[in-house]
Amino acid sequence: MSGAVLPKNLAENPRLDRWIGFEPGGRVRLGTGKVELGQGVLTALVQIAAEELRVRPERVRVVSGETGVTPEEGFTAGSQSIEASGAAIRAAAAEVRAIFVEQAALRLNCARDALSVEDGRFLQDGAATALDYWALAPGVDLKREACGGVKLTAPERFRVIGRSLPRLDLPAKVFGSGFIHDLRPEGLVHARVLRRPRRGAHLEALDEAAIGRAAGGVVEVVRLGDFAAVLAPQEGTAERALEAAQRHARWSGGEVWREGQSEPTHLLSLEAKEEVREFPRRADVGGQAVRRFRARYTRSYLAHGSIAPSVGLAHWDGRELEVLTHSQGVGMLRGALAKVLGLDPAAISVKHRQGAGCYGHNGADDAAADAALLAHACPGRWVRVQWTRADELTAAPVGSAMVVDLEAGLDTRGRPIEWRMDVYSGTHGQRPGHNGAVNLLAAEALPEPAPAPAPVADVPEAAGFGGLRNAMALYDLPTQRVTHHLVLRPPLRTSSMRGLGAHGNVFALESFMDELAAAAGEDPLVWRLSMLSEPRGRRVLERVAEMADWARRPAGGSGEGWGIAFSRYKNRAAYTAVVANVLVDESVHLRQVWCAVDAGLVINPDGAANQIEGGVIQAASWTLKEEVRIGAEGVIGVDWERYPILRFPEVPEVAVAFVGEAGDPPLGIGEAALGPTAAAIGNAVAHALGARVRGMPLTREKIMAALIR
Amino acid sequence: MSATFSFTVNGRPVTVADEGGDKLIHVLRGALGLTGVHFGCGAEACGACLVLLDGEPVQSCTLPLERAAGRSVTTPEGIGTQNVPHPLQEAFIAEQAGQCGYCLSGILIAAKALLERNTDPTREEIALALEKNLCRCGAHNRIVRAVQRAARALRGESP
Repeated sequence: MSGAVLPKNLAENPRLDRWIGFEPGGRVRLGTGKVELGQGVLTALVQIAAEELRVRPERVRVVSGETGVTPEEGFTAGSQSIEASGAAIRAAAAEVRAIFVEQAALRLNCARDALSVEDGRFLQDGAATALDYWALAPGVDLKREACGGVKLTAPERFRVIGRSLPRLDLPAKVFGSGFIHDLRPEGLVHARVLRRPRRGAHLEALDEAAIGRAAGGVVEVVRLGDFAAVLAPQEGTAERALEAAQRHARWSGGEVWREGQSEPTHLLSLEAKEEVREFPRRADVGGQAVRRFRARYTRSYLAHGSIAPSVGLAHWDGRELEVLTHSQGVGMLRGALAKVLGLDPAAISVKHRQGAGCYGHNGADDAAADAALLAHACPGRWVRVQWTRADELTAAPVGSAMVVDLEAGLDTRGRPIEWRMDVYSGTHGQRPGHNGAVNLLAAEALPEPAPAPAPVADVPEAAGFGGLRNAMALYDLPTQRVTHHLVLRPPLRTSSMRGLGAHGNVFALESFMDELAAAAGEDPLVWRLSMLSEPRGRRVLERVAEMADWARRPAGGSGEGWGIAFSRYKNRAAYTAVVANVLVDESVHLRQVWCAVDAGLVINPDGAANQIEGGVIQAASWTLKEEVRIGAEGVIGVDWERYPILRFPEVPEVAVAFVGEAGDPPLGIGEAALGPTAAAIGNAVAHALGARVRGMPLTREKIMAALIR
Repeated sequence: MSATFSFTVNGRPVTVADEGGDKLIHVLRGALGLTGVHFGCGAEACGACLVLLDGEPVQSCTLPLERAAGRSVTTPEGIGTQNVPHPLQEAFIAEQAGQCGYCLSGILIAAKALLERNTDPTREEIALALEKNLCRCGAHNRIVRAVQRAARALRGESP
């Protein structure tokens, strides 16, 4: 034992055979707890393993997200996969290579230093030998714990890392396959779940005969308390049965919906748990404030809006439950399902299968729970649950609305010498298992509903905060006093959505910085650089200004706007600076976006650029168009007409540059672009108008109101 | 009582039963096993389920089965295969034009229809042709580039 420090995920899953195995036909099995969500992570993890094992990436087959099989690595979330799983895989693969080199040296009776590995084959002083991983594998037991301490490949020797390897999963998808939605196990039955119209509503009556007549086929109805579903061998029949069930169900009670509940400022009227944090001063500033500046920024509730509805499949044979899901955390889902069904977790296996793009805690876990409950009620049959579009947009968890109040005390030059922030938000962490609760939608409707989480909590500091994510600005500021108002019972079920609180907080902070700059009569870029000592932050700002030719920015109020913004995601992942160019008449036309990113070592540059581009476009959609609105009957946005997102003709051109050093450790990029893009757009709109819109989305109504002010 | 309807799918004649109000997507994905047709919204608002009906893109999620009777349907499986890919599919892979890839089935159908009437579309023309197709991951610009790349290939130009 070398006693070396192992990467966290390897320390928690030290058995090497969980990570790496050698299979017949010259194949390598790579196990990871991280799952493909459309972000290309499996391709990047294959590159890391291939690099350290010194094999061609084509040899590597990935097994991902299967309880009891792959390493337990928590949720695939928080832009953590490359940093966490990547570090573990790199160390594990390097150690496996070292173990095999030692074995080969014994067999060849030579020094280890005389050996090198070339696509899995061992060379002695550069000459071929009869040995490769697969020849040695029967004599090497990888059912052993990692010791660490093996020297990793130096960046200048990388042959696979740093290359834009094409996505491994994309070809299948271009030919129309590869999704959980397409799985059709033998004897499958299609199910649709009747969702409650209000939280806590009671299903008084359901006319099952009427459902059967309307569906025109064989239909079963399963009821467990206020949880009800229709099942049919044909999918069309199941769909019609659900439509009929929605017409023929009688509900009573439950929480009442009220118009206006979805306004972000409604949060201010609700019970909240308060916590004050002081982020240490980053600059030696002080003195008497001569002026105060304060502003309120908001963002609305946001829907995940995946293009596919959530799906879950499950099979119960009376002893074991098998669940197929596109969840971000199979281990946590298994634990929650075990509690709901009263089963031993060992009797449940949960396997990840790829779904459509996942941007956080969407309906995947809930759909898997729906399927598990129904399979448990119908032993011996595979049950496939698919949600409706309306469920996807209204019953899945949402990203919380936020109100951010900022106040600065300014010195005679307009520079902040006091800093206060108040963040009002629902929780950003209510996944299965969070806060000791199962957090599964169906479980709330069962005859003995799962207890509500108590107390409600947010994502902790160790995971990068929820509502306070990126609440601390990285500028040279005095002590930042931040009060977190965690709203305990917002009207909607809130949980983790790409960036968590960072989208609202960076929008607020970087808008506020621009407003301070404007009040001081300074250029927004110059203003930021004058208050930013962080060299890596300065570099992305300077680089994005070059890319966009910031110097051509016209005077404000012309209808054409240029905005800039910066953040380091979670204050510990990638540094990102963004410039946005807009034309504003009655509404905003986002024309072009430039992005400079320092993510340290980038495993797959094109894959990383794809993530940043996608983050920019998604943030543009959130910032310009999206809000979950509540009316007297519930959530209004039940379809894409009433919850519009950005469409092709509205999409800006996006340019991305990575400016980090390969010698720096990789930093997460999946969520890095969202906050600064929102703020750059907000700042560009303010520049174009000569008036600021402080609430997202930046709709025509808000623009007209700002112009009238 | 179930009626039967005959039409061709990807050049192959089929006869299928209507279980009582089935939409085209149900029999394509169900009885015919063509799961490359993707369900997205069920309301003609996202384009995930597009198929070609006599060469024109239509949303199969709301199309009554009887409307396909006697006509020719092309699903994403009919565009090309891994062994014999269509230039569009090659271009999408070359440009890495996708993230999750779920929307691509419908986008490929819409793009195929576009390239059949316009062999050299501009960025704006492509965006307009894909206006009914939603992509949530933000792969739009890559998708536009891929369609242009495929157009060049179909015109016999180098990529």
